[in-house]
Amino acid sequence: MKHDVVDVMDKAASKRVFDLSKSTLRELNQALHEVREGSNELVWEVQNPKGSHAVAAGIDAPISVDVRGNVGYYCAGMNSQGTVTVYGSAGPGVAENMMSGTVVIKGDASQYAGATGRGGLLVIEGDASSRCGISMKGIDIVVGGNVGHMSAFMAQSGHLVVLGNAGDALGDSIYEAKIFVRGSVKSLGADCIAKEMRPEHIAKLQELLDRAGIKDVKPEEFTRYGSARQLYNFNIDNAAAY
Amino acid sequence: MCGIVGLFLKDKSLEPQLGALLSEMLVSLTDRGPDSAGIAIYGAARDGKGKVTIQSPFPERDFPGLDAEIAKAIGEPVTMTVRSTHAVLETGIDKLEAVRDALPELRPDARVMGIGDAIEIYKEVGLPEAVAERFGLAGMSGTHAIGHTRMATESAVTTMGAHPFSTGPDQCLVHNGSLSNHSNIRRELIQKGMKFETENDTEVAAAYVSSRMADGLNLGKALESTLDDLDGFFNFVVGTKNGFGVVRDPIACKPAVMAETDQYVAFGSEYRALANLPGIEGAKVWEPEPSTVYFWEH
Repeated sequence: MKHDVVDVMDKAASKRVFDLSKSTLRELNQALHEVREGSNELVWEVQNPKGSHAVAAGIDAPISVDVRGNVGYYCAGMNSQGTVTVYGSAGPGVAENMMSGTVVIKGDASQYAGATGRGGLLVIEGDASSRCGISMKGIDIVVGGNVGHMSAFMAQSGHLVVLGNAGDALGDSIYEAKIFVRGSVKSLGADCIAKEMRPEHIAKLQELLDRAGIKDVKPEEFTRYGSARQLYNFNIDNAAAY
Repeated sequence: MCGIVGLFLKDKSLEPQLGALLSEMLVSLTDRGPDSAGIAIYGAARDGKGKVTIQSPFPERDFPGLDAEIAKAIGEPVTMTVRSTHAVLETGIDKLEAVRDALPELRPDARVMGIGDAIEIYKEVGLPEAVAERFGLAGMSGTHAIGHTRMATESAVTTMGAHPFSTGPDQCLVHNGSLSNHSNIRRELIQKGMKFETENDTEVAAAYVSSRMADGLNLGKALESTLDDLDGFFNFVVGTKNGFGVVRDPIACKPAVMAETDQYVAFGSEYRALANLPGIEGAKVWEPEPSTVYFWEH
């Protein structure tokens, strides 16, 4: 595919620049999907996203994409290997079902950030709203601000780190994901309890903070939350309740 | 789905551009609601005058000469501005109910869309761009306006099923979501004397807010009471003569984003709707909290 006007190759930086006020989202994502192993097109920039949906979704290559502005639904969805940085805020479902790689949101994220994510690191430097990390399955999520209600709902594995406060029903019906919250928790969901911070948790949390580039915050300032394991294990004594 | 846009101006110098700004916001949310679209726009109220917006499926037949016939029926001069299937009848503020009463006999197919000092309501089936164009939305001025693009779930795709719904003078409400207890609430409101035009859930929400305001609550308190009594999913954006309010249900699964500058307060179901507003780069942009009422008044 040729992009004579809109896709400017900045030779000095070997960077491909897409201006979404001039080219279509389909052209951008198609070009990102066409990057093959051994390609030199490793650095990309997206301008004027203006709330577009699915910006840089479906990346499957070790490339870096800088998005200059606010994005809409499902930015960097299904990301695999890529590093996507949004210099703005993200709409619902950012990094949904991420497999690997890194997604960084410099502003805030709307609801269900990192939903169902299986791997990789999602960093939200501002606040995330409701249902952050819902049904997460191995992704690590670090939120610099607060998370809204029902975050980590039915979270299966991975880590949710919250430097600020958590809203209502944190970790409702949680499986084996681990949650670390530095501030207050408005309420815990069903079967989610505070747990002891053992040395391995301190070490893991320090590693996550380091990977997220967060300094001046100590793992000891956090409380760990996780499953009481009373809800998801079938217990014959509870048979009458089913 | 459904899309909501709203723009409440603080800076008078933007008033001539209100229709143009809202029109662009509305069209940007076409894919959230391609069934029908509507807007409520509040112009400057004129001393002693008020407006009745009416709609007819047969405008060529119903509108010619209607102003003179209404004037005769109510005993006061009436000026009429026709925009496609809608007409705005302007007359003395104390004669607005008389206009409403006179209409069914003079034009049985015409329906009242809204009544008040400042409100005009336009809504039709079709793509938002086509709806905005047929009414000349881009050329309208005013102090605040609310628009809606509809993807129908709870009642048929008809003109009357489109939003906004107006159930009280200068009041209007648009909705993204669906209500599950609207039949019960409708029955209760009918007992209190409210009248309904459709089977639509949103009309019940509008009537509920109107009823609470008629009980003496201000806009903010009336919106707060929706959190106690209405069950379902909702983002409501509400307009009054001087005010503009927003409320989201406690689950808050319907999207919402707001922006505020020195010049305006804006609401969009998505940021896309706000992306081209003047000064948006420097605006405070945030997602309204669940179970929280936001309102502004001039």
